[in-house]
Amino acid sequence: MGYNIVVLVKQVPDTKRITGEAMRDDGTVNRSALPAVFNPEDLHALEAALELKERYGGRVTVVTMGPPQACEVLRDSLERGADDVVLITDRRAAASDTLATSYILFRAVRKLVAEQPVDLVVCGRQAIDGDTAQVPPQTAEKLGWPQVTYVECVEELAGGRLRARRNTGEGTERVDCPLPCLLTVTDQAPAPRPASAKRIMAVKKARSRAEIERETPDPAQAQARAEALQARGLLITQWDLQDIGADLAWCGRDGSPTKVKRIQSVVLKGSGFKKVEPTEEAIATMVHELIEDHTIG
Amino acid sequence: MIEANREGDVWVVAEQNDGQLHDVGLELLSKGRELAETLGVRLTAVVMGADVARHAERLIHHGADCVVAAEDALLAHYQTNPYAKVLCRLIEEHKPQIVIYGATPLGRDLAPRVASALRAGLTADCTDLDIGDHVEPGTKEKYDRLLLQIRPAFGGNIIATIVNPERWPQMATVREGVMRLPDADPSRRGEVVRFKPDLSPADLPLKILDHTKTARKVNLKAARVIVAGGAGVGSKENFRLIWDLANSLGAAAGASRAAVDNGWIDKDHQVGQTGTTVRPALYIAVGISGAVQHRAGMSEAQKIVAINADPHAPIFQVAHYGIVGDLNRVIPMMIDAVKKRV
Repeated sequence: MGYNIVVLVKQVPDTKRITGEAMRDDGTVNRSALPAVFNPEDLHALEAALELKERYGGRVTVVTMGPPQACEVLRDSLERGADDVVLITDRRAAASDTLATSYILFRAVRKLVAEQPVDLVVCGRQAIDGDTAQVPPQTAEKLGWPQVTYVECVEELAGGRLRARRNTGEGTERVDCPLPCLLTVTDQAPAPRPASAKRIMAVKKARSRAEIERETPDPAQAQARAEALQARGLLITQWDLQDIGADLAWCGRDGSPTKVKRIQSVVLKGSGFKKVEPTEEAIATMVHELIEDHTIG
Repeated sequence: MIEANREGDVWVVAEQNDGQLHDVGLELLSKGRELAETLGVRLTAVVMGADVARHAERLIHHGADCVVAAEDALLAHYQTNPYAKVLCRLIEEHKPQIVIYGATPLGRDLAPRVASALRAGLTADCTDLDIGDHVEPGTKEKYDRLLLQIRPAFGGNIIATIVNPERWPQMATVREGVMRLPDADPSRRGEVVRFKPDLSPADLPLKILDHTKTARKVNLKAARVIVAGGAGVGSKENFRLIWDLANSLGAAAGASRAAVDNGWIDKDHQVGQTGTTVRPALYIAVGISGAVQHRAGMSEAQKIVAINADPHAPIFQVAHYGIVGDLNRVIPMMIDAVKKRV
């Protein structure tokens, strides 16, 4: 018995680390100074799924869409306790907006459902590179499943229903939702567990075919390596858009109703400020000016 | 999918909870008014709930020409499916050209569900909206008078302008506090359309077991003066200095994300892209380097004082007064100066 849980995760540039060091003098960001990381709230989603598996039994499958290097977050998921991982990678998925992305993830979940019914899809509330929070509800709509967003605590799974506490912005509410459903969890949900040393050793060699092809240019050697990994259960499942039966008209640029018209780097005005020396006299003068112009007082 | 309807109205989805209209809906009416006038169409507010036609007058006074009130006892408490179903039905029937929502947890739960069902484009957390022309680079096709959806992306380090040329309605969520709350004009008149959606309990998959309202401990949006601390404050103990300066000025205490993440202060106090957007008369940034995410939430302050040990901190570039120095020395001097003049 137990529950079959799918977690949707994303590898993102670490936009939180943008501090003085990653900023150029002109106020734009130095992207090469930013490492790629596991989207923080997706780690909370994985933790929620692993806790449910520990309580009730079942399987946790982690799915990500991205370039081959996104396998890093899949290996990380395996190290923390995921049972299966799937990479969806396809050049034709590039430039997908949230609607097209949700379609591709929906097709992937449908493929998993065809193998074994899925009870629950868990996602992080939003990714730190786009901050949209749109992909999970759009995926739920396509699945025709109810959604529970901004979840802080999954209280219980019982009788084909889930009970959870969510943040409404005004406070919290507790809801009871039939399965299958889709959840998004916030960073208020339990903190992610660390990777286990034993599992790190066990899965560090896991690779997807795309990674093997990049690391091993000779096709015969690459094939031999893939087979060897597969025999040890370390070949990461990799799907392209055909594998998930996606209609290409719904994917990538063609499948995206929103178009980027313009991108501007944020450049500070640098209009100049009044420099105040850190002395009692200078500070008193500034405070006096702020009182004079009715800013304070 | 809905075809482009150039005669379509501009719609604002006005959120209400427990009989209270959310401010963000009224803020959106001021921007919606501009968009509707530029396009020469009407501005319609849509409000959903059990007993919501009574909000019509207030929505009209704040700029709506028309209010669509979708009323059903089953809409008394928000849940995604029935609200999305009602809104999709209204959009398919009336074919608005633009639909804007508040980027609240409710708006961010509802809007993507509607967008997916209609296969329409949606842009999250816009900080500005405008009307403008667009040429699609690939096809060279020209589109007149589209909704320009302007938002920070990549953690606020770039500003993107997004358009939705073909798959209408053009939809966006807009952050709370970004648009000005308009003054009510009691002389405004408008039309009220009541809509009875005819929902059945089967349309409501969720049971709401209970809900609590947490009063916000701090109202940063209403504060005239904010003293905010960042990573440079160094420790929770040292954050005491931020509170001391705030108290001496009768100000609210704010914080950057770094200070909140370090556990020095509650998340309610966070200013910035993922916190609250503020427009105080005075913003004193202490030990805040000034990452764009933070600046996105405070750069509209009338006066900004930056205190930082690093003379190259980007915060100085938006500051009116800059003090390069050790906050442990500077803040007591400031408190002293404030006290002396009383």
